[in-house]
Parts: sequence; structure tokens; C-alpha cells
Amino acid sequence: MLLIPILIGVTVIVFGIMVLTPGDPAILMLGENAPQEDLVALRERLGLNEPIYVQYGIWLARVVQLDFGRSIRSGRPVTDEIVSRLPATTELALLATLLAIAVGVPLGVISATRPNSAVDHTATVVAFTGLAMPVFWQGLVMILLFALVLGWFPPSGRLGGWEYYVLPTITLGTSAIAAITRMTRATMLETLSQDYVRTARSKGVRERSITYRHALRNAMIPIVTVIGLQFGALLSGAVITETIFSWPGIGRLAIDAIRSKDFPVVQGVVMVFALMYAFVNLVTDVLYAYLDPRLKTRYS
Amino acid sequence: MATTTKVIPQRRRSWFTLMRSSPRTAIGAVALAIIVLAAVFAEAISPYPPNQQNLRSRLQPPSAEHLLGTDHFGRDVLSRIIYGGRVSLQVGFIAVGIALAVGGLIGLLAAFYGRWVDSTVSFVVDVLLALPGFLLALAIVAALGPSLTNVMIAVGIANVPQFARITRSAVLQVIEMDFVTAAHAAGSRDQRIMFKHVVPNSLSPVIVQVTLSLAGAILAAAGLSFLGLGAQPPTAEWGSMLNSARPYIRDAHWAVTFPGLAIVVTVLALNMVGDGMRDALDPRRRD
Repeated sequence: MLLIPILIGVTVIVFGIMVLTPGDPAILMLGENAPQEDLVALRERLGLNEPIYVQYGIWLARVVQLDFGRSIRSGRPVTDEIVSRLPATTELALLATLLAIAVGVPLGVISATRPNSAVDHTATVVAFTGLAMPVFWQGLVMILLFALVLGWFPPSGRLGGWEYYVLPTITLGTSAIAAITRMTRATMLETLSQDYVRTARSKGVRERSITYRHALRNAMIPIVTVIGLQFGALLSGAVITETIFSWPGIGRLAIDAIRSKDFPVVQGVVMVFALMYAFVNLVTDVLYAYLDPRLKTRYS
Repeated sequence: MATTTKVIPQRRRSWFTLMRSSPRTAIGAVALAIIVLAAVFAEAISPYPPNQQNLRSRLQPPSAEHLLGTDHFGRDVLSRIIYGGRVSLQVGFIAVGIALAVGGLIGLLAAFYGRWVDSTVSFVVDVLLALPGFLLALAIVAALGPSLTNVMIAVGIANVPQFARITRSAVLQVIEMDFVTAAHAAGSRDQRIMFKHVVPNSLSPVIVQVTLSLAGAILAAAGLSFLGLGAQPPTAEWGSMLNSARPYIRDAHWAVTFPGLAIVVTVLALNMVGDGMRDALDPRRRD
């Protein structure tokens, strides 16, 4: 219900960022040596002579039709620039999320079922270090070790085989692995101490079944929440990961746009990131109802 | 007088107990103390000035002369890391200070006055949280232009919603308590109740958030500097050191490895201390 007002609020922020930008957008677009009449015509076309709220209205009307204007650098429509690069970012973000779930959840479960064991201590160290490791440094260390020294994987690029995906996916997924491991361990420890788990044990249910069918299912809501939140961190990480590995996604597009003061592209990318994040949050909310039937009953 | 003498030993004991019961927190606190002391006394302990170039000894591996090697301008990596710590901590503290001042105040006002103030603040916080923090900071720096000051402002603004939320929920709990009702009944002014009674009793979760946000702010600021949007050369800052050493990674990995390790250790120490404080202050988390 609140999604639309929040997204409108995001458009105010993104538009506000353009207003904050020092300098005349018309000069930024046409260059300092552009003829005066061209500048006047462009200001008129963009509505830059209107009051701020009218400018926002004009801009918003275009944005809801997915028209972010044209890139100052390439002259192409911003939407085309984003659409051509979106698949690269989406596949990287999805792969990193899948990796984080595939490693983080089992590691957290094993850690919780064997507290204070070697596995548990290892998982704790992995989680703490993973959360403290800057994605840009990790990316560089991975390139140094696995591309330049060992030569196992290519140091950059995307088009090629699966080997191009390994280093960027691990780099991007590491902090999410750490966060998911910690949350899984904490919630599993709590659910494993519940009465229904003790009852199941006393009835002779197999430990594996107790862990995965009874405890993990009930621990899933906080885990899904952290996965959803991590997706936001992952989008942020994608900006840096794509820059390090020359990955042709929208994160790298944003950095190139910031460096060349291509503000329509920056606005477009930030809006797309906000939409992706909002969509994942929506999916997370839907998953809550699937995981906890009580929520479905309460709101139906 | 008697009250004062009672309170101080209790506080000392609780810190001592926290450190003794959680070795992880103790290790984090010691590491953090070393990093802060190194940053404060950088002039005294750095073997070389951070920007002193020596092109004849560029890209030298670690040796007795240069413990962590030299970079592509022949600058001493250890000295730059020590001075870089000063910059990173300063950026972290100022960014979190901005977030605490703005977020704390609007969270306090939202919880204290409720009604439309609360609804408006909650909506603004939800909108800010709809954008991942680093992306918001990136967009703000893109607008304001690359500089360390703008990074502090941007990272500070990006952290405002967390502080607003935490302060709001902490204050909401406190304003329900009897002493606040009593202060209202005694005719105290809103401002006095807020700053004399409510704020001091709502500080615990906010202090924990400060520690954890410091780690995030240092990471974000280093990330922005790595992208060339924060500290500009020749400033010794960990993120920009990594960025400038990047082309030489094959020949001089130490110029990349050690500044990165400095970030990891600092963030790890802050997270350890923050986690320890959270566990100590939240009775549900105590084993």
C-alpha cells in the first residue's frame, strides 16, 4: 500500500539531487561554448525556466513513462542505455544472492546445531571477517590471487564462459554470506531451544528432520528478511564490483556517468536501483505470508 | 557525594565485566585503542612524512627501511596507512556525528510529539530507506562533487534514517515511563523533559548504533574514495590509496594488501566492540 507514495518520495530525492547540482543543466548538456540561442531553446524545452515544482511535475510525468531523457555523453536515450546493461547487473546480483543463500543458510544451520564446535568457530570468523571486508579490496585480492598469480580465472570482462562469473560473484556475495550465516545461526539457536523441538525430540523424530522441517522452517522469516536487506547492500556492492571487474552493468554505467557529469544517466540508474530494491522488498513481504500461514490469515 | 562514589565503581565494574565475559569485545577494544592512538600520534610514530616521494625507491617490497614497502611514488606505505587512519576515523566520526545530530533530533521529535510529526518523519525515513545507503551517498556525492567533505555529508545523510528509527523507538519506550509523566504533571517544559529526562535514558541503543555505524561509515567513505569520489591525491586515505595502487597490483601487491588490511582490522574492531556493547545492553541477548 505504501509502495507508491514511497517511490514518489524517492523521485523527489532523485530530482532534488539534480537541483542540488551546481551549474546550469543546459550548459552541462551542450557544453560551455554552445550558442546562446541553443541554450535558451534547451532550457525552454526542459522547462528550466519554470518554478521548481513545475519542473518536478514535468520530470515526473516523463519518468513514469520510463523516459529519463538523453545521455549527455552518448546522446542516446537513458532508458536504452540502462536496458542494454540491466541484464548484466541482474544476473550478477541474482548469482551472488543464490551463492549467499546456498552457503550462508547451511553454514548457519551447521553452526547452530553444533555450537562451539570447530565448524561453529570457523563460521563465526568467516561471518565477522566477511562483514568487515570492503568489497573493493576483496575484489582486488581475488584478481591478484586467482587471476594474476594462479591464472585460474580471467581478471575482468563478462562475455565468455562461466569462468568470467566466478570472481565477481564471490566478491559480491561474500558480505551477504556473512550476514545470512550470522542471522541463520542466531535464529536457529533460538528455535532449537523451543518446546516444540524438545517435544519432537522426545517423540523420537530424527535430528535431521527436526533441524530442517521443524526448526529451519520456523527460523525462515528473519532469514528471508536479512536476504531482502542484503539485496540492497548487494546493489551497492554491484557498483564497485562492476567497476573492478569491468563488468558492463548499470553500476559501472553510474560511475562512468558520475565521472563525466552525465546526470540524466545517474538519475535513471538510481531510480532503477530503487525500483529493484522495492520489488525485492515486495517479494520478501509475499514470502512472509507463504512462510508463516498466521500472517496470511491475519491479513486476508 | 555518596551517590557519586557509588555510581563510578559500578560503571567501572560493568565495563570490566563486559571485557572479561567477552574476549571478542576485549580484543576489538584493544585493537581499536591502538588504531585511535596511532591516528592521534601519527606525527610521532610515522617513520616518514606521508607524502614524501622518493622515485629511486618506488614499488619497493617490505624491508627494514620500509616495513610495509613503498608505493609507485616511493612513498612509505606504513606512514600513509597511519595518516590514512586519521583521515578515515575523522570521516567516520564526522559522518556519524551528522547522522546522529539530524537523525537523533528528528527521531526524538517524532516520538515525543507523535501525530503528524511522527507520521511525516516515519514517511521520510521510509523513503530514505528505499534507497540502499551507499547508493544514496553515491548520488549525493555525484551532485555535490568529489571531495572528502562532501563524502562526510553524503555518508552522514545516508545514515540519518537508521538513527531516526533507533532514537524514535528508544524514546517511545522512555516517554511511557512514570518519571516522564511526573515531569509533565509537575509542569516542566517540553524542551526540559526531552533533554533532561528522555534523552539521557534513551542513549544506550543509540550509542551501540554509533559504534556499528562508524564501521559502516568508514567502509562507505573508503569505497567512495576508491571510486575517485572522496579523498583526492595526494591525501593519504585508505580507499584512495587502494585506488591509486590498483594499476601496480601485479608488481607491488603490498601497496594494495596493507591499506585494505587496515580497513578490515578497523571495521572488525568496531563491529566486535559494537556487538559486545549490544549484547551487554540487551538482556535478551545475554547468555
